[in-house]
Parts: sequence; structure tokens; C-alpha cells
Amino acid sequence: MSTYTKKQVSDLVKGDLDWDTLHRMLSMPKDKGRYSHYMSVLQDQVSWKDKIILPLGPHLFLAETSVEKKIVTKCSCGHEYGDYKKNWKLNALVYVRDSVEKMEEVYPRLMAPDTGWQVYREYYCPSCGVMHDVEAPTPWYPVIHDFQPDLKTFFDWLDLPAPAGV
Amino acid sequence: MTIQQTLVSEETKSAKLLRSGLTLNEHRNMILQRTTSSGFYDGLETLDFKETDPIGYERIFSKLRAGLVNSREVAKKIAASPIVEQEGELCFTLYNVAGDCIATSTGIIIHVGTMGAAIKYMIQNNWESNPGINPGDMFTNNDCQIGNVHPCDIATIVPIFHAGSLIGWVGGVTHVIDVGAVGPGSMSNGQIQRFGDGVQITCRKTGINDTPLRDWLHESQRNVRTPKYWILDEKTRIAGCHMIRDLVEETVREEGIEAYEKFATEVIEDGRRGLTSRIKAMTIPGKIRTVAFVDVPYAHEDVVVPSPFAKIDTIMHAPCEITVKPDATWRLDFEGCSRWGWHTYNANPVAFTSGIWVMMTQSLVPTERINDGARYATEFRLPKGTWTNPDDRRTAHADAWHFLVSSWSSLWRGVSRTYFGRGYLEEVNAGNSNPCNWLQGGGINQEGEIHAVNSFETAACGTGACAVKDGLNHAAAIWNPEGDMGDIEIWELAEPLLYMGRTIKTNTGGYGKYRGGLGFETLRMVWGSADWTMFFMGNGYMNSDWGLMGGYPAATGYRFEAHNTGLQDRIGEGKSLPLGKDRDPGECEFEKHLGPDARVKRDKQCITTEAIFENGDLYLNYLRGGPGFGDPLDRETAAIADDLNQNFLLPEFAQKVYGVVITQNKAGEWSVDEKKTMARRLEIRKERIARGTLTQQWMESERQKIIDKDASVQVQQMFASSFYLSARFLSEFKQFWDLPEGWDLKEEELGIPMFGAKHHMDLSELPDVHPVIMTEQ
Ligand SMILES: [Zn+2]
Repeated sequence: MSTYTKKQVSDLVKGDLDWDTLHRMLSMPKDKGRYSHYMSVLQDQVSWKDKIILPLGPHLFLAETSVEKKIVTKCSCGHEYGDYKKNWKLNALVYVRDSVEKMEEVYPRLMAPDTGWQVYREYYCPSCGVMHDVEAPTPWYPVIHDFQPDLKTFFDWLDLPAPAGV
Repeated sequence: MTIQQTLVSEETKSAKLLRSGLTLNEHRNMILQRTTSSGFYDGLETLDFKETDPIGYERIFSKLRAGLVNSREVAKKIAASPIVEQEGELCFTLYNVAGDCIATSTGIIIHVGTMGAAIKYMIQNNWESNPGINPGDMFTNNDCQIGNVHPCDIATIVPIFHAGSLIGWVGGVTHVIDVGAVGPGSMSNGQIQRFGDGVQITCRKTGINDTPLRDWLHESQRNVRTPKYWILDEKTRIAGCHMIRDLVEETVREEGIEAYEKFATEVIEDGRRGLTSRIKAMTIPGKIRTVAFVDVPYAHEDVVVPSPFAKIDTIMHAPCEITVKPDATWRLDFEGCSRWGWHTYNANPVAFTSGIWVMMTQSLVPTERINDGARYATEFRLPKGTWTNPDDRRTAHADAWHFLVSSWSSLWRGVSRTYFGRGYLEEVNAGNSNPCNWLQGGGINQEGEIHAVNSFETAACGTGACAVKDGLNHAAAIWNPEGDMGDIEIWELAEPLLYMGRTIKTNTGGYGKYRGGLGFETLRMVWGSADWTMFFMGNGYMNSDWGLMGGYPAATGYRFEAHNTGLQDRIGEGKSLPLGKDRDPGECEFEKHLGPDARVKRDKQCITTEAIFENGDLYLNYLRGGPGFGDPLDRETAAIADDLNQNFLLPEFAQKVYGVVITQNKAGEWSVDEKKTMARRLEIRKERIARGTLTQQWMESERQKIIDKDASVQVQQMFASSFYLSARFLSEFKQFWDLPEGWDLKEEELGIPMFGAKHHMDLSELPDVHPVIMTEQ
């Protein structure tokens, strides 16, 4: 099994990793130690202290709060979306592209969906305005709860102690 | 899993194929029972052979796998069809006696499962007593009710014997250019039932003593439009199967029959364990929910079908709940899918489940060791009555891919969330493009012969963005990882269509921090044909891919065709011509180079049926791009300048979506002002906050629309059909939107034909038919 340095994982996250190492990552069995380096690289990117335990996107994390040891969903800017078991999207801002005009802001004429069939729902952080997700469902479609991790088993798999709030 | 009880007394009498004295069905049932009760394939708690003689085990595997790949490469050269010869749309697979795959070649590996299902069908329906299974036999199958993806994938299956006993099977499949459906071309529209979907052959014995039977040859060749290709495709399949049979016989001579048979069972348990160890090493346990859609716009006047009840707009709905379990097996549940329909996009469960391995070999199990073991580590649930498990034997399947590729795109997003969470960013893929358009048609070609075409330029669409790099441009399609767009010169020989241009399709990659790969476009002018038709097949009103984690979906499709173009006059007069770059479809560039009487269709109707094309008419083949990853405002400005300078992106959207402030110098080169861009991006973030609504607040207004039943008929039809099939989906929907107890939506309210909704008849209702069921339903 290959192992990698924190610097290499940091380069991977930045999109700067050299191709030889990236290719090794793709073709060799996975390195179980990646998780720890990854968490430490992500933690360095944010200005807050709560401990990141799982990223849901480039700017969205599950983090353990430092005082109450609760697990919350949190934006890189520090905005909190509440308990990690709840769908963070319900506490985000949404903007729905449901007309020709709104679609033509993002794609040329004829290259976006017909909004009688499909809409784009853009989810933004209420504090910093980063776009965490774009859904492309039909009108009426329930907001998708993308991922509900089983954190207890996950930490078992990693051979690491699970956070107290799991 | 079906366990077919011993059928009739004739079965025991005929049991002479196996050294054990069991019938094939008894043999398979015992494997299934041992697997179910122990959790290990065939009850193999230990891999004795692999553990005691690892070198011998690997020697057999390497020899078989290399031989399979080599046979495919050699056999491919026999075919004349560019679909096979250029695109590599063929595959050879080796099975054990029970019809479980041991190893496969490269190529369209979806057929690992489909040919396995055909073998299992023969086993379960007592082919050994009638028509009999003997050395030198060949069987042909393309029946979609047995598990085939679509009728144009023709499989030849050859049993392998040693010392008079059956020891396995080899199957070879090619995607043929035409199967004599109502519409010409291999994945056509026009027909809406099996009875127009082309010739369907049900595991028929088509050869004995290594020789195809004459009645089969005569009958099959006249049932298709393109017999020359058909004949050479069949020779390709037979040659490959026989090479692999020789290889197995040689392996048995060298390694002994005991070793071979042991290997042929253990390797599947090995494959099962391989998947679970990868799931544990790469993913995160828990629940992932995802969904996909695609459009079926049949109300339009350019869709001409024989039955009035098919003339409706509908939407394919494929929600999926993926559960990664603590024991590192997983379950994929498609509860809530919409109903099958009167079109050619229905799919058999085997096509669905087998196809998933095509994508998983590109991420979760990127190994040559893919075999049926992975299936045994996966629970699939495909509810009966849905588009991917029809409860009616009339369904057509010619372009099952329209739905399959769309539903799978969402699975990439699902598993990618887990790769992303663990830091395996190199594996993240925002999804696959909808690999289309399928340029198809037929008539009398430039050689004066009856002809049909299906351009496989689709094999090179844009791929999805990764979490560390952009998707690849005009690179691949989900169904064949070896994608290739094919040479222009070869397509011009195969089709009466000249290339006016072939170029990258601007603005088709989904935006993101990393963008999706771009598609490409080719403009074709009909030339040299006598009587010619063509039609379009792809997504238009909807996207089937979504972006991931803030990325956008790829651009949708649109249609361009032109008739009475005046191009022959313009060529004579030396005037400008449309040369194949439709950079911004809103600008109508092609129309500037056509005669005054040209009739142009430029719209979102990307599914049509046969239309007449005269020489000089134009057809735009637009091959789609892939979805993007991450917020576009995070994209490096240098990459955006690069996109602009390579014509990958229109300046308007560089500004609006990526928030860059750009200038163009006299030489036409774009550059980005870093400082101004930073400021502009901050403003865009503020604009987003200003225009966004708190989701919970927005839900109030959306809820009111639902109560008012304010949505297009096709959207309501989709929901109504899913509600009818799934009480759970309806109840979750009502709970999410907090709808009143009595709220419901039925198709009856919509005033559209509902043929098939309530009254249907399954294949299993035919006499003496025992379908093979390998998924929960
Ligand atoms: Zn934020």
C-alpha cells in the first residue's frame, strides 16, 4: 500500500498534485491514513476551532463543536446549519431557476432545460453566499437529503475512536 | 433469486451433462442455496485453491483473462461494421456451468450479466432436454425479456465440454447496426412495442457441430436491413467464442480439470470479497439518496408512432437509496421509479444491474477481476411495474440506454460523496454525460443498397468533472470505457453523409470549480443517397446529469436540421457554407449560409422519428458534455482564460457564471483581471444572498403549487405513476411537503391515455416460461 505525506494530500485538495502521484493514488490500493491527513489539511483551511470530522463538499463540513461536543453541519465561513442528522439544505438559501430568463443567465438559449420539465435549485450559504449545491429536479420535487453517514461504523472502519456526539 | 423447483420427470432422465449426475438446474439451485445460507458464494468460507496454490490460481486467471482480451482483439478484425471495428462494441465472457461469470474481456462489459442471464434462462427452462445442449452447439439470444439491454446486442453462446461433460460456457456479443425494427438503426424510435422492436431471438439453437444452421442464416439475414454487417458480426462472435473454447480446453489440459473447476467457483467468491473490501476501503457507511430524470417528449408532431396512446409527454423518474452496510455489502433500492412506457426506453432488471458494473469498474472496482462475485455482494431492489422491471411482455427496449445512462449518472454522485468524505478526491466523478445524440436513419445509401446507420460518435462525449481536475473533453461514454469517436473517413464510407465540420462543442461542459468535459458537434450533409431518412435521439427538455457539490449540470441538447438548403447552388457559386461550428445556438450561425428557401428546425425536440432527408440537407450531431464539480466562483482564473482562448466557453457565461472580469486583445486573446475578478466574485456572492430565499420559506410557496396542482402534465404524470406504484414514495412526498391527509394525485385526473397503467400481462404468464429473477422486486 502506498502512503502519502500531508503535503501531498494538501496538494491534492488544492488541485496541484503532480500527475505521477495522482496516478499512483488512482491505481494503487487506497491508503487508510488519508483520512487523518485530509482532516488536518481541511482544518488548516478554516478559521474556526470546531473539529472537522467529515467534509460534505469543498465548503461544507460535519464538525464537532469544541464546547458542547455536538456534531453540526458547518460552512467554511463558520455558518452553522444545525444538527448533522438534519438536511442542511433546509437551513440554506435557495434560488430556483424556473423561467427561460433565469435559465438564460447560466446557459445560452436552447442549451438549458425547459422549466416546464425541470428547474435548477441553487443552494447558497446565507452568510457568505458560496454555492454548496445545485439540484436539477422537476418542479415539486422534495429537497434531497443527499447523505446520512453512519458515523459510528465509519470510525470503526477507520480504527479510530468515534466523536462523543455520534 | 429464483430457485426453480425440479420441473418434470423428463429433467432427471436427461441429466447427463454433468459428471455429478445433477441436472443443470439442480446444480445451479444448490449453488444458490449454499450461497444464501452461508453468505459466501457456493458456501466457500475459505478459498482453498487460492490459499494453498496461489501461483497456480493466478496462472489460470492470467491465462484466461489474457486469452479473453486477445480473442476480442482478433475477432474484432473480422467485423466490417464500424460500430464493432471502430468503436469496439463487442465483448467476450467466460462462465462456469451455472452461468456465473468467471472473467471477461474488455469492451461493453454490461453483457457479463446479460449473457449470464441467457445461460441461466436455458438452465432454468430445461434446454438440456429440449433442444439439447451438445458439444459444437451454438445458441443465439437477444431477447430483452430475458435480460438483454436492447435487441441490437446479439449474443452467441457456446457450451464448453471436457471428456463428455459440460464445464462452462462462453458468450460473445456485438452491437449490430440494425435488427429490422420499425425505425432503421440499432437504437431506433417509431416502434412503441416489442412487436416492432426488431427481430428477437430467445436462446435459439442456431448452430450444431460448430456450423450455423442454414434455416437460421436464411431467416436472420432477411430480417435485418444490413445483412453484410450482420453476417460478419456473427462470424466475429463465433470466431471469438471458439478461440476462447480452445483456450479453456488448453487450460484444462495443462492444469487439470479439478483445478479448473475449483478455480471456476472460487474466483467468484474471490470477486465477491473483492467488492466488499473495496467498499470498506473507499466508501463511508450510511445512506445516500439520489435521483435522476430524463424527458420522453412524444406529444410533438415530429414523433410519429403507430398508436395514439403513446402520444404523450412523460418523464423517467429514478430515485435511488444506496445503503452502505456495516458489513461492507451494499443495497441499491429504486423504490419510487416511474412506470414503463410506450416507447423504446424500457429496461430489463438484468440490463440495469449488469450495467452498473460498467461504471463501477471505472471507480469502485477498477480491476480486470470483475466477475459475478460483485453481484453476489450487492442487493438490488427494482420494483415490479417500473420502467426497469416492466410487468408487461409488450415493452420495447431499443434505446434502453436513454433511461439507463440517465439513472446511473446519479449513482456516480452518490458514491462520489463517500470518496470525497474520505479524501479520495482522485476518485470523485460528478457523473456521466447523457451520451447522445444518436444519429440514426436509413434507406438506400450511396452504394445503392438498403442501409441503416447509427453513428457511434456518442462513444466520445465529455466526462464528468473530478474533485481535482476537469472532466475529459470528447472522451468517453458510460457504456464503453474505451470510447472512441471513430474516424471521419470511416463514417463517410458507412453513411451517405459528408462532414461539413467536426469540432468541440462550446459551452457544453457543466460549470464548476472543475468543469465537465466538453462534447463535440459534427455537421453532416446528406450526399449520394437515393431515398434517405434520419431522426434524432437524445435529451433536450431535460438534463439527465446534475453537477456535484456546487457544480452545474452540462448543457442540455437541442436539435438542428435543415432542408431545401440551396447548398448545391451555393457550392456551385462559390458562396460561404455552414462549416460545422454552431458556437452559440441562439445566434443561428448556420442559417447565414443557407439559401433563401431553407426550412430549418432549431428547437429542443431531441427525440424524433424518421424524417425525409434529401441530398444537400443538413443534420447537426451534437454530442453532450459532462457535469461540473464545485462552486464555479472557485475556478482558477487562468483555467477560465484558457477555456475562453480555446473556445470552450462563451465570454458572456465566463462573466455571469464564473464572475471573471475579462478583456480581449487585438489578436483576439482573452485575459482575466485578477483583482477586479476578486471584487466581482464577492459581489456575486452578495447577489446570491440577496436573491435567495430561506429554503423552509420557499417550501411554503412550492407546497401551495402542489396543493393547486400547478405543474405541467408530464411532471404530474411522472409523480402520479410513481405514487401508484409506490405507497412509500407517496407517503414520503406528502410528509415532506406536509400535505393534507386527503391529498392525492392520480393519472386519471390528467386527461391523458393510460394504456398499460392498470391492465398488463407479464412474460411469466406464458405457458412453460420460468423467468430468471436475480433482484428483489
Ligand atoms: Zn458560508
